[in-house]
Amino acid sequence: MSALTLLFRRELSLAWGRGGGALLTVGFFAAAAMMFALAAGPSPERLAVVAGGVTWAALALASLLSLDRMFERDFDNGALELLALGPLSLEAVSAVKCMAQWAAGGAPLALGAPLVAMALGARPQSAPLIAAVAALGGIAFAFLGGTGAALALNSRRGGVLIALIVLPLLTAPVVFGGSAIAAFAGGLPWTTGFILLGAYSLAAAALAPFAMAGACRSALS
Amino acid sequence: MIAALANPLRFMAFSRLAAPILAVLAVGLAGAGLWLGFAAPPDYQQGETVRIMFVHVPAAWVSMLAYACLGVASFFSLVFRHALADAAAKAAAPLGAAFTLLALITGSLWGRPMWGAWWVWGDARLVSVLVLFLLFVGYMALRASIDDEGKAARAAEILALIGLINLPIIKFSVDWWNTLHQGESILRAGGPTLANVYLVPLLLMGAGYAAAFGALWLARTRAEVWRRRAVSLALQAALA
Repeated sequence: MSALTLLFRRELSLAWGRGGGALLTVGFFAAAAMMFALAAGPSPERLAVVAGGVTWAALALASLLSLDRMFERDFDNGALELLALGPLSLEAVSAVKCMAQWAAGGAPLALGAPLVAMALGARPQSAPLIAAVAALGGIAFAFLGGTGAALALNSRRGGVLIALIVLPLLTAPVVFGGSAIAAFAGGLPWTTGFILLGAYSLAAAALAPFAMAGACRSALS
Repeated sequence: MIAALANPLRFMAFSRLAAPILAVLAVGLAGAGLWLGFAAPPDYQQGETVRIMFVHVPAAWVSMLAYACLGVASFFSLVFRHALADAAAKAAAPLGAAFTLLALITGSLWGRPMWGAWWVWGDARLVSVLVLFLLFVGYMALRASIDDEGKAARAAEILALIGLINLPIIKFSVDWWNTLHQGESILRAGGPTLANVYLVPLLLMGAGYAAAFGALWLARTRAEVWRRRAVSLALQAALA
């Protein structure tokens, strides 16, 4: 078995945590969406109008949850140094960690997103698009979240600092995904936002590993 | 010229004179710009509120200039491990945040009489300038939260370089998305479309703000250099 597959299996099992990781993330996602629904007041028609967008925003926030464990656990117990010395480059290691993060967190969120949106009042016809947007945007969230996690290694305040670093970078995919969802709900063409979201996710996946590797090297030095 | 100033001793000698000169220049240019700005006639559509442009637009220009300076300094610091470049980057961040905040607040004050709204979430330029502000704040937070100064510097440099992509987005946002903010009137193909009676005070204010940023940046960089020297002297004294 190649080193890449081995590492991916390790990262996936750590992130999945025997189901606990995915369950926690989806649970928080549902709870956050519920908060929005409760705070929006008693009118179900008003909530139905923003259901897709609120779901998408709650998903973006939920994907920030398990970020600080991505690199910090390995950094604290010395595994990151071993990975840095190993056959895989730190760029490859970072990319694999982000893909495992997406598989363990982003994919369950993408499966749960249409259900949450329909619970808030979205039409069932929008379910496939919401799932597709969540899956595609989840790639950007995983890679950019990993960048924040790597940059915040050695810092005194992990979680909130990572969120502060990552959220400005997430505004673009949130806007693109949200415009695709809102355009579909309004009967307008939705492909532009979706394509821009895809382009942003691919760019993030291509470029973020270099930033993550640089940050890891600086933290390990 | 940047290479000549890379030597810290030469930089300190240069900035000792340059900072006060730029400060005086800033006051002179901004004063002239404000004078001409208030002497200009009121706009036929906006009336007297057009004069907010002389405070808002230069602040927005300098906020982008500040981030560009932060990015270039971070690049030199990361690639060449240059301590003075790192000090300059650290010094530029709060200034950039202040100018961005000024641009956001004055823009909001101008938007209320002009568009009827304090803020519009659907406008790409407003959102991307807000993202610029958050990038400055994130940079300062990341730097402050890591105890080891060298590691804090490396991490913050990477973040600064990542955020550079936001600058062309801000510039071209009014071309790519046609929402609410005024389109490009000055740096565009075909030359400026602003009338000279407004363009001249605006450019004077822009130069004045840039000189003010330069003076403050040089002063802050000098202060950072002195702070680092003081820290190393204190360490030597403690170890002796």
